Amino acid sequence: MDTTAQRKAETNGLTPSGPAPSANPRLTLSGISKSFPGVRALHNVSLSLYPGQVTALIGENGAGKSTLVKIMTGIYQPDAGEISIDGQATALPSAHAAFGHGITAIHQETVLFDDLSVAENIFLGHAPRTRFGTIDWRTMRKNAREVLETMRAGHIDADARLKDLGIANKHLVAVARAMSIDARIVIMDEPTAALSMKEIEELFLLIEFLKSEGKAVLFISHKFDEIYRIADRYTVFRDGEMVGEGLLKDAGQNEIVRMMVGRNVDHIFPHREPSIGSAVLSVSGLSHPTEFDDIGFELRKGEILGFYGLVGAGRSEVMQAISGITRTAKGTISLDGKTIAPKSAADSIDAGIVYVPEERGKQGVVIGLPIFQNVSLPSLKRTSKSGVLKLAEEFSLARSYTERLDLRASSLSQDVGTLSGGNQQKVVIAKWLATTPKVIILDEPTKGIDIGSKAAVHGFMAELVSQGLSVIMVSSELPEILGMSDRVVVMREGRIAATYDNKGLDAETLVRTAAGIAA
Amino acid sequence: MKSLLKYREIWLLAGILVLIGLISTRFPGFADPANLRQVFNDTAILMILALGQMVVILTRSIDLSMASNLCFTGMVVAMLNAAHPAIPIPVLIVIALAVGLVLGAINGLLVWRLNIPSIVVTLGTLTIYRGATFVLSGGAWVNADRMSADFINFQRVAFLGIPVLSWIALLVIALFFLAMTRTAIGRSIYAIGVNPTASVYAGIDVGRTKFVVFCISGMVSGLAGYLWISRYVIASVEVANGYELNIIAACVIGGISIAGGIGSVGGAVLGSLFLGIISNALPVINISPFWQMAISGGAIILAVVLNARGERRQGRIILRKAEAA
Repeated sequence: MDTTAQRKAETNGLTPSGPAPSANPRLTLSGISKSFPGVRALHNVSLSLYPGQVTALIGENGAGKSTLVKIMTGIYQPDAGEISIDGQATALPSAHAAFGHGITAIHQETVLFDDLSVAENIFLGHAPRTRFGTIDWRTMRKNAREVLETMRAGHIDADARLKDLGIANKHLVAVARAMSIDARIVIMDEPTAALSMKEIEELFLLIEFLKSEGKAVLFISHKFDEIYRIADRYTVFRDGEMVGEGLLKDAGQNEIVRMMVGRNVDHIFPHREPSIGSAVLSVSGLSHPTEFDDIGFELRKGEILGFYGLVGAGRSEVMQAISGITRTAKGTISLDGKTIAPKSAADSIDAGIVYVPEERGKQGVVIGLPIFQNVSLPSLKRTSKSGVLKLAEEFSLARSYTERLDLRASSLSQDVGTLSGGNQQKVVIAKWLATTPKVIILDEPTKGIDIGSKAAVHGFMAELVSQGLSVIMVSSELPEILGMSDRVVVMREGRIAATYDNKGLDAETLVRTAAGIAA
Repeated sequence: MKSLLKYREIWLLAGILVLIGLISTRFPGFADPANLRQVFNDTAILMILALGQMVVILTRSIDLSMASNLCFTGMVVAMLNAAHPAIPIPVLIVIALAVGLVLGAINGLLVWRLNIPSIVVTLGTLTIYRGATFVLSGGAWVNADRMSADFINFQRVAFLGIPVLSWIALLVIALFFLAMTRTAIGRSIYAIGVNPTASVYAGIDVGRTKFVVFCISGMVSGLAGYLWISRYVIASVEVANGYELNIIAACVIGGISIAGGIGSVGGAVLGSLFLGIISNALPVINISPFWQMAISGGAIILAVVLNARGERRQGRIILRKAEAA
């Protein structure tokens, strides 16, 4: 399009990545701490955003980036620390207050209203009024066009329905909305995750525009090429702490990767003497139209196979395909040499593959049913005869597995909802073990649980493999991957990037492989 | 949870006893065993239907087509009886079950295979099945003089002092009780109502289970079709018009949560009895139809308020545990 070309020509006239040396930060967070029950999300972190500059916030999954964004947008309140805007101490008690201070966030999946027009989306909540108090549609459309025009996004029709726009244009509308409220601080939380190459280029032009308008931009991304391309400064988080900051031109990629992963060992993993047998599960050429392509790997008896990658690399999707929850287009899965084609979770459970999903509350326990019924749920075929339940058998199945896991409950007829989180988790594990699987797939088995429970889960995994089970562990936590796995498969953008023997394997290699940085 | 449910059902039972007590003050013979047996018999068809609706509602679905299914199946058996009076009644009952099953299976397939919300599917079939009755009968009625004596009298025969209709209802109640507490499908129905996502991961086929519940509600409607026609001895397009709302009301009063996963056979039976007493007994003591409707409506809202409270209490427990964890 004519206007796009023009836009590009104009923006290229600007000096990219040339931060205007500005003395004072627009927003400063200092000494921010935030804890949730059992988890310390942020500890004494600091972050400064400067007008006309882009600061990249870098860190592994779980480093505390999202928590910080929620504090900056008034959704969470910090336990300690200070927020100041233009040198003045401020509190952000609500999302509304943050909005009032000109802080706005643009998320991966834009949070706008699909069925409203572009103009309505831009001015929702602060639409111009006529003197009768009704919405002044003419002024609103005019203002919307003006805002889009100043952003060199005049190609977007102010009257178009938002749902008719592509994601990139939706981002533009979100930014237009930020402009219309005179936002001074723009947070972009992985804005490129769902964009094509061309759309990313357009987004970068837009960020250049925001810089030229003197906005302070916080840019969160896992992709190093993007960070180096657009950002002026960096701040690195690790395990909820700020571990480094500075100007990007002074720091190399390897230096930043080291900051992200270098850590003190604060958790002892169980010592194992793995006795690994022949292949139990082999997968080859497994492909899905949109999620992953040409996945092939082998899982051996008594082995823990780690799956590492960035969020969205397609790891869970592959596991759901293997366990019959989603269907794949092509590829073969074989268990003990026999090809299986699971069409449902029941098929793979019957074959001996179980998938323990990531979200325990939503996908694991069935609150409202008693403990023994939760345990027997995937084993109903075994505890019934032509559809009629054998209650005694069901009970003894539940008893033997919950006892093995040392479940604390007054009675197995108790509703699982009355158990503590840790005990609910034991019920979930008991229910999967009761199906007597050969392969158990654990998706983020220790996400969001405290150190003590983590150790218990790790010890339990070690016990499972020592009994001859094979485990696939999907995890985004490097220490866990390095501490537990016998081998590690790294996935990137729906493909297997590399498979490593976990002998002398280091975290930096994994991060570089997952992010696609050449060594 | 279990004790909570019992708690609710005991409240409902208490409400029914109070209602019977109140009616007895105006109509002394009401609480006599003979009369109570009559009340049960009068409510039998509603109970059977409410049990079918219950399994559907437990899976977070709804079947609005039950009354239309009943009407269609009733017409089929009435016309068969008129044309071939020699067909024995047990065979007609099997035919009624089969026809109802087919109509239920159509609902179930649409919900399962095309993934259309059940309220939309059955809103459509509600009209279609009644329309099909018109097409089948040409708009004509089948009335008492065209029905065989066996057809009419089968359900009225007393066995051990209780009419066959009541025996059928008792049998259906027993079967549903066993199915819900002692079979894998019953367990799956509760599980997918409480947590459909976790059920998928546990290997339960949610779509197929929904298909099964619609087959059950269809079969039950078919059975009720024969019972209704032989009880009121007329088959027409107007039979049980709007009755689907009474069935749903009985379930709601019986403590079956419209959100799915919560409810029991006892609740459905008591909810039906409550409605049955209101609609059958109040006219006897000269309470105007307006008050009958007001009492039924009030009972529905009261039941929902009490149930919502029960569920909220459960929610707080989860929250407290989550905080403690």
